[in-house]
Amino acid sequence: MQELQYPFDSRYLIKKKKSIKRQLLEQDVHFIDKKIAVLGGSTTHDICAIMELFLLDQGIRPEFYECEYAQYWEDVMFDNPELVDFKPDIIYIHTSNRNIRQYPLLSMSEAEVDGLLDADFDHFFKLWGKIESAYNCPIIQNNFEYPFYRLLGNADATDIHGRVSYINRLNERFAGYAREHKDFFIQDINYLSAAYGLDKWSDPLYWHMYKYALSMEAIPTLAHNVSNIIKSIYGKNKKALALDLDNTLWGGIVGDDGVENLEIGPETSMGQVYSEFQNYLKQQKDIGVILNVCSKNEEENAIAGLNHPDGVLKPDDFIVIKANWDPKSKNLADMAKELNLLPESFVFVDDNPAEREIVRTQLNVVSPEIGSVEDYIRVIDHSGFFEVTNLSADDAKRNEMYKENAQRAKLEASFDNYGDYLISLEMKGTIKGFEPIYMDRIAQLSNKSNQFNLTTRRYTRAEIEGIAGSDEYIDIYGKLEDKFGDNGVVSVVIGHKNGDVLDMDLWIMSCRVLKRDMEFAMMDELVSKARTAGIKTIRGYYYPTAKNKMVKDFYALMGFDLVNEDEEGNRTWEFKVPGDYENKNRYISVNQM
Amino acid sequence: MSREEIYVRLNEVFRDVFDRDDITVSDETTAADVEGWDSLIHITLMDAVEEEFDIRFDMKTVVKMKNVGEMVDYIIKGTA
Repeated sequence: MQELQYPFDSRYLIKKKKSIKRQLLEQDVHFIDKKIAVLGGSTTHDICAIMELFLLDQGIRPEFYECEYAQYWEDVMFDNPELVDFKPDIIYIHTSNRNIRQYPLLSMSEAEVDGLLDADFDHFFKLWGKIESAYNCPIIQNNFEYPFYRLLGNADATDIHGRVSYINRLNERFAGYAREHKDFFIQDINYLSAAYGLDKWSDPLYWHMYKYALSMEAIPTLAHNVSNIIKSIYGKNKKALALDLDNTLWGGIVGDDGVENLEIGPETSMGQVYSEFQNYLKQQKDIGVILNVCSKNEEENAIAGLNHPDGVLKPDDFIVIKANWDPKSKNLADMAKELNLLPESFVFVDDNPAEREIVRTQLNVVSPEIGSVEDYIRVIDHSGFFEVTNLSADDAKRNEMYKENAQRAKLEASFDNYGDYLISLEMKGTIKGFEPIYMDRIAQLSNKSNQFNLTTRRYTRAEIEGIAGSDEYIDIYGKLEDKFGDNGVVSVVIGHKNGDVLDMDLWIMSCRVLKRDMEFAMMDELVSKARTAGIKTIRGYYYPTAKNKMVKDFYALMGFDLVNEDEEGNRTWEFKVPGDYENKNRYISVNQM
Repeated sequence: MSREEIYVRLNEVFRDVFDRDDITVSDETTAADVEGWDSLIHITLMDAVEEEFDIRFDMKTVVKMKNVGEMVDYIIKGTA
C-alpha cells in the first residue's frame, strides 16, 4: 500500500490505523503468520498497532504479546507463563534511555563509572541469555537514543560522567553482543532518532502523560524500521533494482542532449549529485542487490550514456539492460522472468511519477516517491528495502552469479542437445548432512525460496542447528559448482523420522539451478541416507501457495506415487525405498572433491 | 472559525479515529459516552485533533480537559 511506503505521513497513519488495517486484511494476499512478543520498558500499545500495518503490508500477519507496563525484564527472567505459552517467533525488546536505572554522578571515579556500565550491560546480558536458552528465537533489541538534555553541554560526549558518553559506551557494548550472536539484532534507534530529530522524538510530554519513550508522531518511524528487520529475517527483502536512466542516473536525456552533455561527474553540482547516487547504487551490489536498467531509450544511446567517462556505473554493473520503447511494466515483467525472480522482488526507481504509477498498478511492484535527485539516496535508504540481517558470503557474489548465469544461457543456446550442454558444464556437487559453516545460508534459503518449495516452511538459524544436531531428522544440503563458478548452497532437504517412515518437512531448490539434474542428485542422496537409517517409506507433501505451482508434480518426477489430494490441493506422495535403487542424476559428479 | 464549523471537522476526526461513521460529539460529551474511548485511543485522538486544527495541546491543557466542550474552547483559542 503506497500510504505505508517511506516517506509516509505519520499523522495520517496514526489517525486512520483502524481503517488501514481493515483494507490490508481484505487484500488477496497469502500472509505468513508470526507471533511477536513486544517487551517494553514503556508503553507499547500504538507501537504494536502501527507495526501491524507495516507487517501486513509486507505479507506478515502478526499476533502480538505485550508485557505489562515496563515488565520487559521480569517477564523473561521469571518465566511469565503467559509469555511461555505464547511461544514467540520473535521477541522485540523496546527499551529507551528512560530505562537506564542509574547514570554516572559527577562525584564518581572512573572505576565506579566502569562498574555502573558493567552492571547496566549485565542487566541486558542476562535477559538476552535467558531468552536464547528459554525461547531460542530471534531477538530484536533497541539500543539507546541520546538524552534530550546535556548537563555538561558539549563535554557530555567526552567526559565519562556525561550521559552522552555513557550511552555511547553502552551502545557499543550492545553492538559487540550483536556481532557475537546470531539471531540477535540491534534496532539502532540512536541513528533513527537522530535522523528524525531528537527534540521531536523525545518530547517529554509523551513520557510524562502516557509513558511513551518517544512522541506519538515518531512511532510510525520506529514501527516501520522494526518491521523492516522482521521482514528481512523472514526473507522478504527486495532483491533487485530496476533503474531508469534519463534524469534518474544522470541529468539530461541522452537521446536528445547527447552523451557529452549529460550531467554526471565532478564538473557541475548536478553532475556531482548524480555521481553520488550512482556510487550509492554501486555499493548495493556488495550486499547482493541485483542492478538492472529499465529505460525508454534506444539501446545504443543507453549503452553510450552508461559508458560516459565520468559515470560510476558501467554497462557491466548491470545484469539485465532493457532499453527500448515497450511499456516499462512489460520490460520489468520480462526482466523478472529472465532472472527467475518474482516481479515483487524488484524496486523500480524512476524520476517520472507516471511511470512509477503504471508499474505499481500493473505489476504490484514497489516504486518509491523518490523526490528530487538530492533526495534519491535518503528515500531509497530509509525505505529499508534491503535491510541487512544476515549477510552471507553469497550476497557479495550474487551479481557475479547472475553474470555467470547469463554466460550459461549463452552456452546452452550453442548446443543442439541439452545433455551435451550439461556435460560441457562440468558440474561438481557437494551433497551432505548440514554442516556448521552453511547454517546461515541454509536458513536464508529456507526463507527466500518461494517457487521451488514444496511445503513453504521457514526456519530460523537456531531451528536449523537443532535439526542438524538431532537423530530424528535426515537433513541434506546441496552445493553446486560448474566451470563458470560456484553457485553455493542451492538445495536443502529435511525429513523427520516416524518409525520406518520418513516425512518430508522441506524440499527446496534455488531456481537458478533448475534443469541441471540437481534435484535428482538430491533425491539419490536422500534415498541413500534413508536406506542407511532403515527407512522403508518416504512420504512427500506438497502444499500449494500462490507461488509454488512449478513443483506441484515434482514428487511424481522423483518416482513417488500420489496417495491423497484434498480439496485445497494439498497432496501427499509416497515412495517405497527399493533394495536396488538406481541413481537418477547423470550429469553431476557428487562428493568427488 | 465558529463553534459549529469546528464541530463539523471535529466529528470527522472522531469518525476517522474510531473508524465509525455514527459518532457525533457535543460540548457535554466525555470519554464515558463514546464506546471504546479509553486512555490508549485518547492519545491517538489528541494527535489527530492537533493535526486537524494545526495546534498543539500543552500538558496543562491535556491534564485538565474534562469534556469535548473544553477541547473546542482550546481549539478556538489556538486558532484565533
